[in-house]
Amino acid sequence: MAEGIKDKVVILGMGCTKFGERFEADSSDLLVEAFKECLEDAQIEKKDIQAAWLGSHIDEVNIGKGGTYVSSVLHLPMIPVTRCENFCASGTESFRGAVYAVASGACDIALAMGVEKLKDTGYGGLPNSPAFGQLMVMIGPNATAPGMFAQLATGYSARTGIPMEKIKEAMTHVSWKSHQNGAKNPKAHLRKAISKEQIAGAPMIAYPLGLFDCCGVSDGAAMAIVTTPEIFRKIKPNEEMVKVKALQIAVSSGEEAGYTKWDGSYVATTRLASQRAYQEAGIKDPRKEISMMEVHDCFSITELVTMEDLHISPEGGAVDDVLNGFFDLDGGVPCQVDGGLKCFGHPIGASGLRMIYEMYNQLLRRWPEDRLVKNAELGLTHNLGGVPTNNVCSVAILGL
Amino acid sequence: MVGISSYGGYVPRYRLNKMIIFGAMGWLNPALIMNARGEKAVCNFDEDSLTMAVAAGINCLKGFDRQSLDAVYFASTTAPYKERQNSGIVAGALCARDDIRSADFGGSLKAGTSALLSAIEFVSAGSGSNAIVCAGDSRLGKMGSVQEMFFGDAGAAMLVSDTDVIAEYKGSYSVTHDFVDHMRGAWSKFDRQWEERWIRDFGYAQFIPQAIEGLCNKYGVAPGDFAKVVYPCYYGGARKSIGAKLGIEPEKVQDDMVTTVGDSGATHALLMLAKALEEVNPGDKILLVSYGNGCDAIYFEVTDNITKLQDRARVSKSLARRAELDNYQKYLVWRDMAPADTGLRGEEDFVTRWSLEWRAHKAILGLEGTVCRKCGTQQWPPQRICVNPDCGAIDEMDRVYIADKGGTIFTFTSDLLAASINPPAIYGNVNFNGGGRTLMDFTDCTLEDLAVGKPVEFSFRIKYYDPKRDITFYFWKAVPVMEEVS
Repeated sequence: MAEGIKDKVVILGMGCTKFGERFEADSSDLLVEAFKECLEDAQIEKKDIQAAWLGSHIDEVNIGKGGTYVSSVLHLPMIPVTRCENFCASGTESFRGAVYAVASGACDIALAMGVEKLKDTGYGGLPNSPAFGQLMVMIGPNATAPGMFAQLATGYSARTGIPMEKIKEAMTHVSWKSHQNGAKNPKAHLRKAISKEQIAGAPMIAYPLGLFDCCGVSDGAAMAIVTTPEIFRKIKPNEEMVKVKALQIAVSSGEEAGYTKWDGSYVATTRLASQRAYQEAGIKDPRKEISMMEVHDCFSITELVTMEDLHISPEGGAVDDVLNGFFDLDGGVPCQVDGGLKCFGHPIGASGLRMIYEMYNQLLRRWPEDRLVKNAELGLTHNLGGVPTNNVCSVAILGL
Repeated sequence: MVGISSYGGYVPRYRLNKMIIFGAMGWLNPALIMNARGEKAVCNFDEDSLTMAVAAGINCLKGFDRQSLDAVYFASTTAPYKERQNSGIVAGALCARDDIRSADFGGSLKAGTSALLSAIEFVSAGSGSNAIVCAGDSRLGKMGSVQEMFFGDAGAAMLVSDTDVIAEYKGSYSVTHDFVDHMRGAWSKFDRQWEERWIRDFGYAQFIPQAIEGLCNKYGVAPGDFAKVVYPCYYGGARKSIGAKLGIEPEKVQDDMVTTVGDSGATHALLMLAKALEEVNPGDKILLVSYGNGCDAIYFEVTDNITKLQDRARVSKSLARRAELDNYQKYLVWRDMAPADTGLRGEEDFVTRWSLEWRAHKAILGLEGTVCRKCGTQQWPPQRICVNPDCGAIDEMDRVYIADKGGTIFTFTSDLLAASINPPAIYGNVNFNGGGRTLMDFTDCTLEDLAVGKPVEFSFRIKYYDPKRDITFYFWKAVPVMEEVS
């Protein structure tokens, strides 16, 4: 078995734009905004970057294909630039590209970027995208993301026997907590704390998901510059290092969608990717060892089942953990400390890097007291792209 | 012996009370009140003449080996395609073999009986042993028109065979008249009719007796010899007097379902025949007469086999499975008679790729999947590598027809974000009986009708209509099996 990525690569600098309805900004503006912050933080010059990856998902309203757009916008010095796309894990995929490049010794300093410009669609939610082949475009339901993820709730209720009202109560707490956290974050898309009554009483989008069970659809960009621990010490001799402890991706095999073994109440890839990540990072008891998390709360039900899929909550125990405040900012494992996709926003290709940005700044204790996770040592990020029956899951673990 | 060996009927679930139409449009045409009796059947937003014909065909073929079909005929005056054979789509949905005869019949309300006669002659000539006729019609009258009041939507099917005949074909007599009581030009959406009194007195009242008398003279029978006389005639008074004039006892005249279904066009004579076949006994003589630019009169005699046929109340069962459409505007939007806003999301466009469709046409039209020879796992869409993680056999697949197997609900939702002219979009994952799972639309139901584990059956429906290219694309949807209605 390969020894894995643990401690081989460190983050030298990061940048992240304000997420939101950035009607005033083009994809290029978002990229420049994040790049500026990232480069300053890394204390290097553009010419020091030897390779770059960019995650972006929705071609229709974003930058199109290939690496040319971003290279031309940032005027990168004709280095390898690769656009990568893997649904909502695209940002983490670009990070994986840069991290693996440095770990392999192929380059010293690499750049990982993510950008998405969603608010040029003219409507709420994500555009339909031929994600499962042209045949499914013709014959599949005119399905939306909330409609697909909502089905986790029916599956979860059927398996655990927990009534939908109780699940809905926990889902409401999930969104309430993220609004509490997002309200404190100047870069977050949605910055208003709202009551549980408002959440529970919101109009239905896709049964049983109401409006506040769904995350924001946002514009934004985020970036990381990674290097080896040795180079980091030369550039920033007196600063603490945030190291990559694990990086895992798991992709559906078609079994959940086409075979009848999977019971529809959990996300199979998350269970596998997190197991592999814990092994890579040497984590034995994630509930005790993980200090904080940013998970893929595209919908409140996703966050709820993810708590079990990440092996933090026991099977069937996520509802109680959520309602007991275990994932609140002052709880056992604070989750969505920056507001999550729910409130920080979800520009697809940038989200994975935005999560890493939050872990990075928390670990370096750069945030004000009111939103700082105490004694944070290990942070976990999780992306889930696609739909519960057919998806890409990424899990990254970062630590000091 | 050649004749009808099975029959099927399909009345769509939604019924529009005619007083709702009057309430909405009576201001324009107060005389409509005279037609505002009962209700009419209205096909769902994802149904049309072709899907109703398929539904009737499935109903007709229950328990019958589809591979032994030798001909598939489709009859309608509202066929979705002028070029692209509609009966070819029907044949695909019924999972018929490729080496069959197929034809579309249209142009007149007697197209249903023309198709039936062709099927009878096909089998009589020895060209094949089994031919199915599937009819469906969904005609439109303008808002506030008399036609809007009396047109209804339905499907009907007749299987014609040379064995196991339940109603033997004894003979026929046809008349053809270019009598333009109703007409629709090649590009018109709405029916246009001449004065009703003329239609009644010079149309129905002349041609139906002419056809019946012609048939009786030809075969040496009297109108009174028939246990069932089946003829459509929208005008109640004229209907009665036609029967009386011919000496037919009123109880032998088959009910025309105008206040429960409406006039279902080219389907109607066959639908009435299907209803009559529910009620007949061995030895009964049946006289079927269609009406439309002339008449076809067809003479059948019921055999002992009728007693062996299972679930005979086919039209009645379909009629009993009903839901109120209590909203006239919804009817207008479903039939594309008034533009409705489905948001910017609804404006998104994509291209139907026919070469792709052809590669997958068995999976699309017949819901055909694969079953692994090594481990027996059934899967859909067809796979080359077995989906069973413990098997993974490559290219070891046999084809399997899944559409008539039914399934169960695995997960479901009701989506208000998805663009639809019938929101919310209800869809979910379905486990096929026998194995395999897929994501599909649900139809003819509300969220309240759904539960994990509940059985579903599959119904051939319009998947989408592309107005830019005039493409009606069909696929299967899941319909929750409702409690039996008596």
